[in-house]
Amino acid sequence: MSLKRIDLLICCGSGCISAGAIKIKERFHEVLNEKGMTNEINIIETGCMGPCDYGPVMVIYPEGIFYKKVTPEDVEEIVNDHFMKGRPVKRLMLQDDEEQAISAKKDVPFYQKQVKVALENCGYIDPESLDEYIATGGYEALGTVLTTMSPQETIELMKASGLRGRGGGGFPTHIKWQMVHDAKADQKYYICNGDEGDPGAFMDRSLLEGDPHRVLEGMMIGAYAMGASRGFFYIRAEYPLAIQRIKQAIAQAHEAGLMGDNIFGSQFCFDAEVRTGAGAFVCGEETALIHSIEGSRGNPTPKPPYPAISGLWGKPTVVNNVETLGNIPTIYRKGPEWFASMGTATSKGTKVFALTGDIRNTGLVEVPMGISLRELIFDVGGGMVGDHKFKAVQLGGPSGGCLTTEHLDVGVDYETLKEKGAMMGSGGVIVMNDQKCMVNVAKFFMDFCVDESCGKCSPCRIGLKQMYGILERITNGDGREEDIDELIRLGEAVNKLSLCGLGQTAPNPVLSTLRYFRNEYESHIRDKACNTKVCLPLIHFDIDKDKCIGCSLCARKCPVNCITGSRDEKYTIHQLDCIKCGNCQEVCPVKAVGRIPGMHPEMIAKREADKQRLASED
Amino acid sequence: MKTLADLKKIREKAQEEMKLRGGNVRMKIVVGMGTSGIAMGAREVMKTFLEEIANRNLTDVLVTQTGEKGLSSMEPVVDVIEDGKDKITYGNMSPEKVKKVVVEHIVNGRIVSDFVVATGN
Amino acid sequence: MYKEICSKYEATKDNLIYILHDIQDTHPQHYISDEAVTAISEYLSIPPNHIYGVLTFYTMYSTKPRGKNIIRLCESPPCYIKGSENILRKLKVLLGVDTGETSKDGQFTLELCACLGVCGNAPVMMINDNVYGDLTEEKVVEIIEKVRRGN
Repeated sequence: MSLKRIDLLICCGSGCISAGAIKIKERFHEVLNEKGMTNEINIIETGCMGPCDYGPVMVIYPEGIFYKKVTPEDVEEIVNDHFMKGRPVKRLMLQDDEEQAISAKKDVPFYQKQVKVALENCGYIDPESLDEYIATGGYEALGTVLTTMSPQETIELMKASGLRGRGGGGFPTHIKWQMVHDAKADQKYYICNGDEGDPGAFMDRSLLEGDPHRVLEGMMIGAYAMGASRGFFYIRAEYPLAIQRIKQAIAQAHEAGLMGDNIFGSQFCFDAEVRTGAGAFVCGEETALIHSIEGSRGNPTPKPPYPAISGLWGKPTVVNNVETLGNIPTIYRKGPEWFASMGTATSKGTKVFALTGDIRNTGLVEVPMGISLRELIFDVGGGMVGDHKFKAVQLGGPSGGCLTTEHLDVGVDYETLKEKGAMMGSGGVIVMNDQKCMVNVAKFFMDFCVDESCGKCSPCRIGLKQMYGILERITNGDGREEDIDELIRLGEAVNKLSLCGLGQTAPNPVLSTLRYFRNEYESHIRDKACNTKVCLPLIHFDIDKDKCIGCSLCARKCPVNCITGSRDEKYTIHQLDCIKCGNCQEVCPVKAVGRIPGMHPEMIAKREADKQRLASED
Repeated sequence: MKTLADLKKIREKAQEEMKLRGGNVRMKIVVGMGTSGIAMGAREVMKTFLEEIANRNLTDVLVTQTGEKGLSSMEPVVDVIEDGKDKITYGNMSPEKVKKVVVEHIVNGRIVSDFVVATGN
Repeated sequence: MYKEICSKYEATKDNLIYILHDIQDTHPQHYISDEAVTAISEYLSIPPNHIYGVLTFYTMYSTKPRGKNIIRLCESPPCYIKGSENILRKLKVLLGVDTGETSKDGQFTLELCACLGVCGNAPVMMINDNVYGDLTEEKVVEIIEKVRRGN
């Protein structure tokens, strides 16, 4: 038995590592060494604890005290005051609205509305320790299933739980299982889809990094249900830590006899390996993913045949997302009724969301399905950063859509979101404040999809490019009256005709912003104005002569010498030459320079004249 | 590992290792580790508790620390907290006294009244 | 050298992606040369055009020599919202390169990439296998300096 009196859990998810968690950990080792306290304190690296914005974060047990934004310089103080003298360091704790320090992790508002199923152990156990996973009840579900249930009973239980795929489509998990179960073949495969590419989603990475055995156990239960003996974890190459952790988990499970032949003394034999991608968003689509594992270009192919009939190397194959697998062990341990008691009529259980953008608590949260966007963004997410107001939220990444203030009380589930023009997707929630231009945001998502289109089918390859061209034209001030209708027509065509999900859903950001922010498109086209002052061609800078003190600073800092004037006359920007770098506004000591929505009339006149000249030359 | 019973054995052992993160704790020993406590030898007291408890494999006892308790003249001060019972505070502790408290109070449930400086909250 | 790397893997087509990763990672200039393609083609008995097809499909592979360290700045919306444009501008000035180019001293290649999945700490970049988050212009200077010294 150990002498330890403190468990120091340092979050070593990628977010906290990117914020410097490894340095903190090393510093703790150094300081504890110096003070001869190494045998009293357990330093445990855990997976993602969730509140990435506060990284590096840590929790200290037995008290369960939560520290945020720890720097290497803070370590000595934590050891001296907290570990030696039992006085937690208040300034590193979260503050509540009355600026009182919140000490215990359980009191942190970020955690209060959350219900953790898939993320149950993330940030609580050492992901590299099989024993710690077992201590939380790990592999009990697998053992019970293998020794007391038939494959068909296993599928029935999944059906009763109502679990649906967490990767985006929301396809009922038990149906996929049943299809492969019923298929006759000498070999069946199970693939875990860890090719998480949606901008703004990182729950799969966190789960693989923070609780790899859970995903592995989930896969083995599913494999038993449908009769697969080989599994593959397809993980994108951008996630080196996740790859390492799952490889290690597989090795540990082998060593402990939890994998391989006759698991738990049953007839069930199973082996799994890790395959990586090489940077292609479309490989998250299941047929593309299968081609990638086979060593080919990740081009999607038409369905049917569905992978459940003819998948990897032509054999029946199930592709399940990481978070889906993460739910499975708990469903079997706590029962399907327990799982189905959470959520809404059609969407059971919980969902992990990745909160990003202009929101106070960025990070990973798990909440019951059906929670309102308001609760998700303002209660769990802590509301907006700074003084700016909430404007829109993009749900479901580049395949999803934008929702606005009028939707804040909408409950989050698969059907409701779809109806409103967004989608659950993998659970990325990008929150935007009123400083964001929706036309520009839509253009940005379109740019992503154009880049990531595999080019196989023409609606996606050509249609998206056309849509992007129109958006670019609009944000450059060359928008035409008919552009909005054209975008809708193209968007609907791409949606109907594309081969795979990437193309089918790629127009969503444009179509949903057109639905809810049509006025922004119209002002870009008709008034040549970007009212959020984002699209540079649609704004201008101007000097307020009443405020200008004639100091000449702006003229001196202008890189293109387009500001002239004198102390008496004050200064003027020559609009036709201005490149809108904003230097003048930055340096003006009296804030006389304004960034004003709308193209300057001089510029509009010039472009009109240019156009006519070109037309007459033709 | 071949059976659920094997798994259970590993689980029980692993849970002991994780008990600091909240598990089955019968008794909590809280050592006052303020500046004056440390000056009076609280670190040695703490270490002795950890060693004695580890030696006896007392898996349901937790040792932790707190700040200054305001009993400077009686440092090092130690609280023994047990569910449903009054808190017992021992004062002027030393490694020798710790050993006695572990044997008498922690293991056998007999309070060492000679060292007690306060009871209840 | 390429043959040696190939022989670490079983000669089946599904190992192509790993062989390509391995060859690129071990090459000092982090790219896959024509010679490498020929060697893989012989080893796996698949035509070079299939290998080029795969090679050019995935964004992480390069057919051109690159620097010692590969910087991959995320250009996806969550990072954009948090100001990745300013970080890109800073990196360009700092290294004297445009995107896709390698600095004169051969130390850094600057690339843009799709989401790195660390959006909670946007803006984010990856240098080789290390992720750096919550980037500011000052932080970028520090990081580049540190990586440069590390070499």
